[in-house]
Amino acid sequence: MDALLLARWQFAITTVYHFFFVPLTLGLSVLIAIMETKYVRSGDETYRKMTRFWGKLFLINFALGVVTGIVQEFQFGMNWSEYSRFMGDIFGAPLAIEALLAFYIESTFLGVWIFGWDRLSPKVHATVAWLVAIGANLSALWILVANSFMQKPTGYVLRHGRAEMADFWALLGNGHVWVQWPHVFTASIATAAFFVAGISAYHLMRRSPEIEVFRRSFRWAVVYGLIGTAAVILVGHTQAQYMTRIQPMKMAAAEALWNTEDPAAMSIFTIGNEHERKDVFAIRIPGLLSFLAHNRFSGAVEGINNLQDDYVQRYGPGDYVPPVAISYWTFRIMVGAGFLMLALLLLSLRAVMKEKTLDSPRLLKYMLWAIALPYLANTTGWIFTEIARQPWIVFGLLKTKDAVSPNVSAAEVGFSLVAFTLVYGILMAVDIYLLKHFATAGVPEQAPTAAPAEAG
Amino acid sequence: MDLNTLWFILITVLFVGFFFLEGFDYGVGILLPFLGRNDTERRVIINTIGPVWDGNEVWMITAGGASFAAFPAFYATLFSGFYLALVLLLLALIVRGVAFEFRSKIDSPRWRGRWDWIIFVGSLVPALLWGVAICNLLHGVPIDADMTYVGSFFTLLNPYALAGGLAAVALFTLHGAVFLALKTDGDLRHRARAIAAKLWLPATGLVFLLALLTALMTDVLARLGYDPGVVPATAVLALLFVRYFIKKEREGWAFILTGVSVAFTTITIFMGLFPRLIVSSLDPAWSLTIHNASSSPYTLKVMTIVALTLVPFVLAYQAWSYWVFRKRLTVESHLEY
Ligand code: HDD
Ligand code: HEM
Ligand code: HEM
Repeated sequence: MDALLLARWQFAITTVYHFFFVPLTLGLSVLIAIMETKYVRSGDETYRKMTRFWGKLFLINFALGVVTGIVQEFQFGMNWSEYSRFMGDIFGAPLAIEALLAFYIESTFLGVWIFGWDRLSPKVHATVAWLVAIGANLSALWILVANSFMQKPTGYVLRHGRAEMADFWALLGNGHVWVQWPHVFTASIATAAFFVAGISAYHLMRRSPEIEVFRRSFRWAVVYGLIGTAAVILVGHTQAQYMTRIQPMKMAAAEALWNTEDPAAMSIFTIGNEHERKDVFAIRIPGLLSFLAHNRFSGAVEGINNLQDDYVQRYGPGDYVPPVAISYWTFRIMVGAGFLMLALLLLSLRAVMKEKTLDSPRLLKYMLWAIALPYLANTTGWIFTEIARQPWIVFGLLKTKDAVSPNVSAAEVGFSLVAFTLVYGILMAVDIYLLKHFATAGVPEQAPTAAPAEAG
Repeated sequence: MDLNTLWFILITVLFVGFFFLEGFDYGVGILLPFLGRNDTERRVIINTIGPVWDGNEVWMITAGGASFAAFPAFYATLFSGFYLALVLLLLALIVRGVAFEFRSKIDSPRWRGRWDWIIFVGSLVPALLWGVAICNLLHGVPIDADMTYVGSFFTLLNPYALAGGLAAVALFTLHGAVFLALKTDGDLRHRARAIAAKLWLPATGLVFLLALLTALMTDVLARLGYDPGVVPATAVLALLFVRYFIKKEREGWAFILTGVSVAFTTITIFMGLFPRLIVSSLDPAWSLTIHNASSSPYTLKVMTIVALTLVPFVLAYQAWSYWVFRKRLTVESHLEY
């Protein structure tokens, strides 16, 4: 295998792994801040127990988010030095701002939050929880500013053989940011909600002690989950329309749409032949793809073959077709997971409203297993976003194959790939073991010495 | 002063912050298995840095991010060139970070013992590698006309850089020992002070050695002359007084002085570099400088505004966090980790 391929595998593995922890951090930090605020406002012990219980699981997850993030920060220089040279003028800025504006807030206040229970007044402590949540979500915003440039370059000029920033506000005002960030944010709320709901369901099934903590957590999670899931689907729809405009090839790949159609049919299930670019077997719903793209049942959606010809004219000879099968299936898994999540939440909502959650063991069991759904959607969502952009690393400006470090050998990348994968694998096992241990252990009988602080 | 120079200074500041702050928490990690006699003591040791280590580590991340933003070619050349060293660094930082969080979660001596050694290795390796890396910038490494590093991993392990790595380990460990003496009480405090007193000589010796080798093996004398000024002198002199304050049981002063030494040693190296970022050992003309490696003037301007606005806030709330946790810890304290 050549160094390029290994570097791509390494980037894909480490980034997917990083993003395995990120959405829970983003979403749960917000939920915990809300719980703690409720506690401070009402003085209700149940809220304090909720904050502590979910807080502990949050921290176990957070640790892995942090350490895998460092790899991300350095990897652009290590494996993608030509990318860094070409893009650094633009790309470095959001990364540095992310660190200066977000990571400092997140990490400093998280330390204060963990260790500050008996050193700060409850109000200050709750404020600190909010600062952690804000810091985390600001960091997501800035990294997505960077990623959005790769999807849709804006505010740059080509000069001195590289892309130079021409307008900082155009980077931040990039339309892609404002569909991508809401999608990631709402996906994260949904992720955290399913996490809370699933573990609460487990304890409800078991009739664990402190059942009120889990009954209330479950109720909350269903409501936040519904908001998050409905929003992620709505935003996803907007995002798909945006994508059709800026990266039509991505939409064509997502649908395995070989030739331009008007009105375009949406594929429910396609087995295609990628080499010959045609369907072997397909079930399609007429007009639906046009609706997804244009909000009406007619209107052209461009096909892969037509776009390939276009791109050759615009960018010179080459193969501009991303891996269609991966794009097609990852997109379907994400969307499918989204609708399944919505259905499960509606069933849960009905049970909650009728106060029947405890009598629905089947539903509770489904909700426990459903923790996997948002994770599946998050991962496939990113794989789709990034793979269906290939062969570009920065759309229209730089190809992935021209971005790799020329002086890092296949042996070196091979070594690091194996080392990271191994260490990540072990840590994943330990992490899941610990999460399971603390999630199933329930709320400690005797609350740890968290006497509300002496200070006002 | 042009913005390129300003950014050289800002990146120096970030590295100074990084080495000052993470210096002591690497030191604490290195001392952990030796200083803590039982589990409670080891927990106290970890808890002294518990609230702050991640905030400290962000100084490193920011130094990396700021290099990327202000001097992208420097970031690209350095990180791809020192590839294997960085892989080792990252692996060490990964296991170290999770170790703090995971160690005390399970009540088993074997589990905890294993993480204690991981914290030790995870603190030792980064301290060593950063010393080696920074000294190599000044020593010079094979960089060709295309700003590409053409050496190997072993090129980095030259005597000068290795001396720098050892000096960093020794100085950080001393810094950490003094920090522990400052942050704990009772028996642990006495032993931390005793270890600091023992570490003082090797640390001071190695810093002196590094100063000597810098004069002999790099081009600083030729560039800065025989009287390099107060900065290197302070770096070395501050250390001489540390011993006095350790003996006098004035841990606060001792800590400030080890910090001053860390900071001024770092500044000395960056002064020796200026206006270069990495010296090319193949041809001085191929060195990366604050001009040929920099971002466009527009990006530098944007980043200057951002940095000068945000850094004061960062300093303020990080200082606040240290103030919140100003109390000394003892084996009776409530421990989180
Ligand atoms: C949408 C959100 C998102 C995305 C796409 C990424 N990250 Fe991330 N990152 C976070 C959201 C996040 C976070 C939620 O803010 C984390 C996770 C856990 C944490 O501590 O912060 C984090 C941690 C984290 C850290 C550690 C910060 C610390 O020590 O506190 C670094 C250095 C990075 N990330 C860097 C990156 C880079 C260079 C990425 C691009 C490939 C990246 N992250 C993708
Ligand atoms: C955290 C969520 C993310 C995930 C799960 C993810 C995943 C992936 C995947 C699967 C690839 C394709 C690998 C390939 O085809 O070779 C890729 C490519 C890439 N992504 Fe992302 N990505 C994420 C976020 C980002 C962000 C935020 C950036 C930049 C700010 C980024 C930069 C890149 C780069 C530089 C590549 C090209 C290298 C390569 O092809 O492997 N990614 N990513
Ligand atoms: C059910 C309806 C959904 C639709 C129509 C939808 C649509 C999209 C589209 C079009 C993209 C690619 C954007 C681009 O490359 O420009 C995307 C990416 C993504 N999706 Fe979804 N999505 C849906 C559900 C979900 C759910 C339920 C989750 C997770 C809980 C999720 C998580 C993600 C993530 C993490 C990404 C990658 C980041 C991004 O590009 O925004 N999506 N989605």
